Amino acid sequence: MAGSGFRGVRGGGATARFAPAEAILLRNLVGQVAELVGGESLAEDRPPGHQPEGGEPPGAEDSPGASGRPPAGGEAIVTDSSQLEAMFALSDSATPPDDPALARLLPDAYPDDPAAAGEFRRYTESGLRSGKVAAARTVLDTLPEDGGRVRLSADQAQAWLRSLNDIRLALGVRLEVTEDRDAMLERASQGGSQAAGLWIYDWLTLLQETLVEALW
Amino acid sequence: MSVAPVELDQPKSSEDTIPAKPWVAIVWNDPVNLMSYVTYVFQQVFGYSRKKAERLMMDVHHKGKAVVAAGAREEMERDVEILHGYGLWATVRQDS
Repeated sequence: MAGSGFRGVRGGGATARFAPAEAILLRNLVGQVAELVGGESLAEDRPPGHQPEGGEPPGAEDSPGASGRPPAGGEAIVTDSSQLEAMFALSDSATPPDDPALARLLPDAYPDDPAAAGEFRRYTESGLRSGKVAAARTVLDTLPEDGGRVRLSADQAQAWLRSLNDIRLALGVRLEVTEDRDAMLERASQGGSQAAGLWIYDWLTLLQETLVEALW
Repeated sequence: MSVAPVELDQPKSSEDTIPAKPWVAIVWNDPVNLMSYVTYVFQQVFGYSRKKAERLMMDVHHKGKAVVAAGAREEMERDVEILHGYGLWATVRQDS
């Protein structure tokens, strides 16, 4: 880790320093969670006038037919079929999600009563989803793409705290994490496809821990 | 004309003091949530002291789950909704 994580600041906020690689990684993970929960790609949102590397204005030249990719840019027209499927999946909000990572982020409130659980989900799920997307957006808005010093207000720090937790929850399901940190690090040191994920998960755990300590 | 039932209902007293069974909000242990984070969330959401929040967190951690609040069903649902926002695994149940 480039810095030693978060420390508190007067007024209830927090500050930390991120290496460029850490910022890229964290922005990617936050974007993935937002996509998982919100069915939309936050990475497509650019502030007005922003030019991605290469100087091409976003969205203009690409058409989905030509390259198969959806057009980039803040007002992305949804033509990609997987995005459409995600939108339809969002409307069926009485049943728990099939994806176990998403199900962990949107858990049942009545595990033994599907009717009550469905009722609760119908009332609360969209708010829960949009809250998590908003927290992810806050992280993206406050973490520069090339890292550096991050200074968070009290509200922004709360959003980071919840967002870091959401990333760890989703990763935790994918990587089948346990409470035994030593066992997970042992697993990571043996290499394999999950090793990188386990190291990242461990880094996020330490980062979140420093943020809780900073805010306490 | 209706026929009187064989068994008459007992007339309710004017002061029916039997309370409805309270509902509770339960938080379940999970391998991801940090002990520090769970404690912090209990303080934030319920206004508990750090000591009380830590005790509750330890109950979750060691016993697998703990009752974190009790009251009307609507209140418990609201609490659980807020706890879900923080990523805790929380459920509602009617106490018996």
